[in-house]
Amino acid sequence: MTGPRRDPDMVRPYVRTGGKIRARDDVRLESVLIAASGPTDSLGPDPRRVMRLFTGTVGGLAVADIAAALELPPSTVRILVSSLMDSGHLTSPVAASDHQPESDLLQEVLRGLRSLV
Amino acid sequence: MDCAPWSDPPVTYVPATVTRSAKIVVAGGFGVGKTTLIGSVSEVKPLRMEEPITQASAGVDDLRGTPHKTTTTVAMDFGRIHMAGGSLALYLFGLPGQARFQPLWEDLAEGALGCLVLADTRDLDASHDALGLLDSGGIPYAVAINTFPDAPGYPEAELREALALDPYTPLTTCDARDRTSSLHALITLTEYLTEHRSAAVLETPR
Repeated sequence: MTGPRRDPDMVRPYVRTGGKIRARDDVRLESVLIAASGPTDSLGPDPRRVMRLFTGTVGGLAVADIAAALELPPSTVRILVSSLMDSGHLTSPVAASDHQPESDLLQEVLRGLRSLV
Repeated sequence: MDCAPWSDPPVTYVPATVTRSAKIVVAGGFGVGKTTLIGSVSEVKPLRMEEPITQASAGVDDLRGTPHKTTTTVAMDFGRIHMAGGSLALYLFGLPGQARFQPLWEDLAEGALGCLVLADTRDLDASHDALGLLDSGGIPYAVAINTFPDAPGYPEAELREALALDPYTPLTTCDARDRTSSLHALITLTEYLTEHRSAAVLETPR
């Protein structure tokens, strides 16, 4: 255990996430988030770092983008983002496409890739 | 506590037009060209994320009866393509194919449309772990041989046998450094996925 103890970045994920240990099933690496609302001053350091990325932009970020920008493990960011969605700080861009069958998504990806060559 | 509030994040924001996202995994052994392929097709500068994993060391007997554990950091590069009039972001994730990363795969590959396995004819064995992970995880995949200039070519039948591929699994070649060639490999995969999906629907008992 000497290795991990010497590394200050090796903080257990549930410490970073304030006790939450599971990510929401709908929060995946590629899930895009946008800022919603809510005061951020009550948040812990890591959730606040996440929210700071969304300051002054209307653009979104996927879980993976956040993990890369903050140099946090993606598994930790999934949990952080899940908490921030539960608390209303982050939201998905739109929920209207939820009921679309997956084959449409595949067809759209196929069309999109073909249009690039 | 590290804190860098003034530095600009090295990320490109997802345009506000994007309402949906999807994920394709690019897998394969070390040095097979995953990052090169992602860099060729990505519309933003590819980024890297790192996941520390703790695992019991395999194949080592410990006399004290407690398995020795080691921490490894797994680096994963990824990129992004925008499509469908800017409403859809396709993320491409390079995942290392080693069998010992299976827990990571279950976490990170979940929800992927499918996987493109890159292979190098100089080391086809390096692809076996990735193929095994995909088979056990039920993730549909296609295989692309990355045509390194000094890698030997083999007839397709020999390659299929060496990789133990099912007859219907697509096998193609690509130059991971070339955008169009890499896109064609992704198209081959996605065409297969659409067929695979319709076949799966037909097979579902009522």
